Amino acid sequence: MDFKSAVLGRYNARIYKSRKDHIVEVKDGVEQKIAANTRAVPGIMTNRGCCYAGCKGVVVGPLKDTCVITHGPIGCGFYSWGTRRNKARPDSDGNNYIQYCFSTDMQEADIVFGGEKKLKRAIDEVMAIFKPKRIMICSTCPVGLIGDDIHAVASQVEKDYGVTCVAFSCEGYKGVSQSAGHHIANNGLMKKIIGTDDSGTITGHTVNLLGEYNIGGDGWETERLLRKIGYNVVAVFTGDGSVADIARSHRADINLVQCHRSINYVAEMMKTAFGTNWLKVNFIGLKAIAKSLRDLAVFFGDSQLVERTEMVIAEEVAAVEPEMTALKARLNGRKAAIFVGGSRSHHYQELLLDYGVETVLAGYEFGHRDDYEGREVIPDIKEDADSKNIENLVVEPDRRYRAFLSPERFQELKETIGLEEYAGLIRAMGDGSWVVDDLNHFETEEMIKVLKPDVFFSGIKDKFVVQKAGVLCRQLHSYDYSGPYAGYSGALNFGRDLTMGLFAPAWKMIDPPWREATHA
Amino acid sequence: MLDQTPKEIAVRTGICVNPLKTCQPVGALYAALGVQKCLPHSHGSQGCVSYHRTFLTRHFKEPAVASSSSFTEGASVFGGGANLKQSVKNIFDVYDPDVIAVHTTCLSETIGDDLNAFIQELDIPDGKLVVHCNTPSYVGSHVTGFGQMVAGFIKYLAQKSEPVNKIGVFPGFVNPGDIRELKRLFGLMGVTATILPDTSESLDNPMTGTYQMFPEGGTSIEEIRSLGSVKRALALGPVASKEPALVLKSKCGVETDLMVLPMGLARVDAFIMKLKEISGAPVPQELELERGRLLDLMLDANQYFHQKKVAIFGDPDTVTGLTAMALELGLAPKYVATGTPGEAFVTEVNGLLDQYEAKNGTRVKASADLFELHQWIKNEPVDLLLGTSYGKQIAKAEDIPLVRAGFPILDRYGHAHHPLIGYAGTRRLAELILGALMDRYDRDCADEDLDVVM
Repeated sequence: MDFKSAVLGRYNARIYKSRKDHIVEVKDGVEQKIAANTRAVPGIMTNRGCCYAGCKGVVVGPLKDTCVITHGPIGCGFYSWGTRRNKARPDSDGNNYIQYCFSTDMQEADIVFGGEKKLKRAIDEVMAIFKPKRIMICSTCPVGLIGDDIHAVASQVEKDYGVTCVAFSCEGYKGVSQSAGHHIANNGLMKKIIGTDDSGTITGHTVNLLGEYNIGGDGWETERLLRKIGYNVVAVFTGDGSVADIARSHRADINLVQCHRSINYVAEMMKTAFGTNWLKVNFIGLKAIAKSLRDLAVFFGDSQLVERTEMVIAEEVAAVEPEMTALKARLNGRKAAIFVGGSRSHHYQELLLDYGVETVLAGYEFGHRDDYEGREVIPDIKEDADSKNIENLVVEPDRRYRAFLSPERFQELKETIGLEEYAGLIRAMGDGSWVVDDLNHFETEEMIKVLKPDVFFSGIKDKFVVQKAGVLCRQLHSYDYSGPYAGYSGALNFGRDLTMGLFAPAWKMIDPPWREATHA
Repeated sequence: MLDQTPKEIAVRTGICVNPLKTCQPVGALYAALGVQKCLPHSHGSQGCVSYHRTFLTRHFKEPAVASSSSFTEGASVFGGGANLKQSVKNIFDVYDPDVIAVHTTCLSETIGDDLNAFIQELDIPDGKLVVHCNTPSYVGSHVTGFGQMVAGFIKYLAQKSEPVNKIGVFPGFVNPGDIRELKRLFGLMGVTATILPDTSESLDNPMTGTYQMFPEGGTSIEEIRSLGSVKRALALGPVASKEPALVLKSKCGVETDLMVLPMGLARVDAFIMKLKEISGAPVPQELELERGRLLDLMLDANQYFHQKKVAIFGDPDTVTGLTAMALELGLAPKYVATGTPGEAFVTEVNGLLDQYEAKNGTRVKASADLFELHQWIKNEPVDLLLGTSYGKQIAKAEDIPLVRAGFPILDRYGHAHHPLIGYAGTRRLAELILGALMDRYDRDCADEDLDVVM
């Protein structure tokens, strides 16, 4: 029985109808369509989180020079405190607020009588104690329901204190997953932060790194590579990121997009407003890194940069290749399944191939069709009731609009290096592999039985479910507290961790000697 | 680390910084995982259950399965009845638990979803059950949420019928290791008990190579029903267990002894005396030996505990137990804090301090946060932190050893397997504290002061 019938056959008619278009077999030469970014089925154990998790947890949370205040009961702020491994070092003023959790800890009376007063009082206290230059407010479910006007409070705070204050109405019930929260966060950054600092000069070949959250130090490793070649990284969205940098990001020559799902809105809006070109990159896996770096050098068209790029690639590869080759000898021919949030389910396939590991199943928790099928499907995506509720911010060309490329050169680069293109996950996968959107607990169990992967890359909610079933599970949200996995040294770290996991002595001891051996 | 925390303490009434509690629903979810073939269900947006499963999995390093009503904006406007109905059908179709334990969230509570009415209208398959409790996130904490869910099971299931010759036990918000220890103590004391919930076989599972969504363990439905007919009940940990005790009394007339968690020698003694009173059996030699060994360690190592200043923080029932134990060991509790609201905590801790004449400027606070605790420590340091994982930030900032005890412990493995209760649990924790203090002395002392023998 194939994977699809194994899973769908167990569903009632209603779930069957909801799920059948989210499961697709990859076939060479066939353009597959997939359903994505639709409502999860109530009662079915999805891995998805909520809008607040996408806004505060993913995009806004990593900003280190900002007090991010969660307006709501205590839970949401608490759960998103220090749990995503988006590392940060203090900014030039010595501030690092990501170690802190700020919550209005709403009580019953605040729900009944309104929470705006408490929010304002909370901000007054934060200003008095921490004296931040920037404050952000993130709403949780009840705030939207009782109608607290956090945007009015933010305006008042700006007047009272002369600081930047951005409010995000990212109540958990909005949209169908974290994805709505990414969008809301992107809009807030665009409206209030990007393009607000024209002071000083920025020189050299300038880039922003978008959708890099510095999990396990990935962003630092990527920046190290870029700087080694000679690029000037203006801002990172948002790992080890700061509002101060993002305010200047409109002055960079190009936006490099790592996580497409969570940040493509900013890339698009900056293109419209400031003319900033964007390039989809991937700093996970040796071939992918080399391609990203070479494409970037081509973008700038500077022969010295091209030369320097090749030199750095050669140097970095030489440093990791012998050990990676040795690890590949142990990993070659294994099968993997990857189910993470946004773009990583695509990115890591490239790194796995460096080790000869084939991906038999992949999917996104909250991807949209363009993440699977490529950006050319965007005009065909129908808006539904849930996506309509998320503001689609329309921006106009700014007075500082600057075209870095001539229209002819832009067209040429679009075709040669895929400038402002993204081909999606499905095309990256091999014939006969499976793509599943919003994979759930039941499907994970069935998948393991039918597809028998050697390793399952997922998150903490799955980890012990999978391992109890006798299959290694490595977390690709937190890297199981290891990393970085980006860049060349990251590729090596990843190979070491995967080998360590697969060859853990305990896997061979599952069967007690007094029982018939049924496991490896 | 925590460089923005100033020493000067300002009065705060608006902002909570670095909380020392979380919300009710996660406690409800945890409680439901201790019932056999039960799927906890969160009636709210799916983000809640995602956070809760993540959080519990990180503490126990075990799967924590639970489902959600997956509210969208539409459901938030029109009410979540349809989502619950669809959820229940799907859950029984796909996962087939015996019981679904629904808890509410701030979302469903704010819009006023009436779970009693919703559940009455459900089409529940024969032999299956749906129970619920109300756990708005803006009331209490995860500890009271735990109590609400236990009370919910009693409300729906406990029935008064022919008296059964056993006691009921609400163990409080404790780890699987504690429940296993409780069972062992009951066995030794000849007490037959039904424990609700029982996470000892559902959140501390062996590796067998086969995943079981519903492990064999947990309190069975039959056992919960029978709680209405027990001769009496013990409710351990007043904050977590008061609610189920009240419900059991009002619904089935069962008398409950509301007791503190048996942590620290004196509290374990009292607990054993209670069991002796219940069973009428003598205390076995084995237990007396255990007690003696704990006492032996306390006296042998007394000089290393003596007057070491300690900050104790976490959940109220656990923290009062830890404080009682710390005082017995000769430690000097300097700060005692919980994030859970309730002044009874303050009264109880002050009572303990008075009993040991140990109130030397000790600060005791409920509804506290870790930011404030850190500020206290900046003003007057301590030798030891005793509490949950988030204390590690303060430990690093101030270079103070941290012994982990309570909930949550997100950064260590194997801890939930061990008890904090009983003579055995107390002895283990005493040893951990001793090790931390003595390691610290060895690390910090001058070379000429390093003693190989201590």
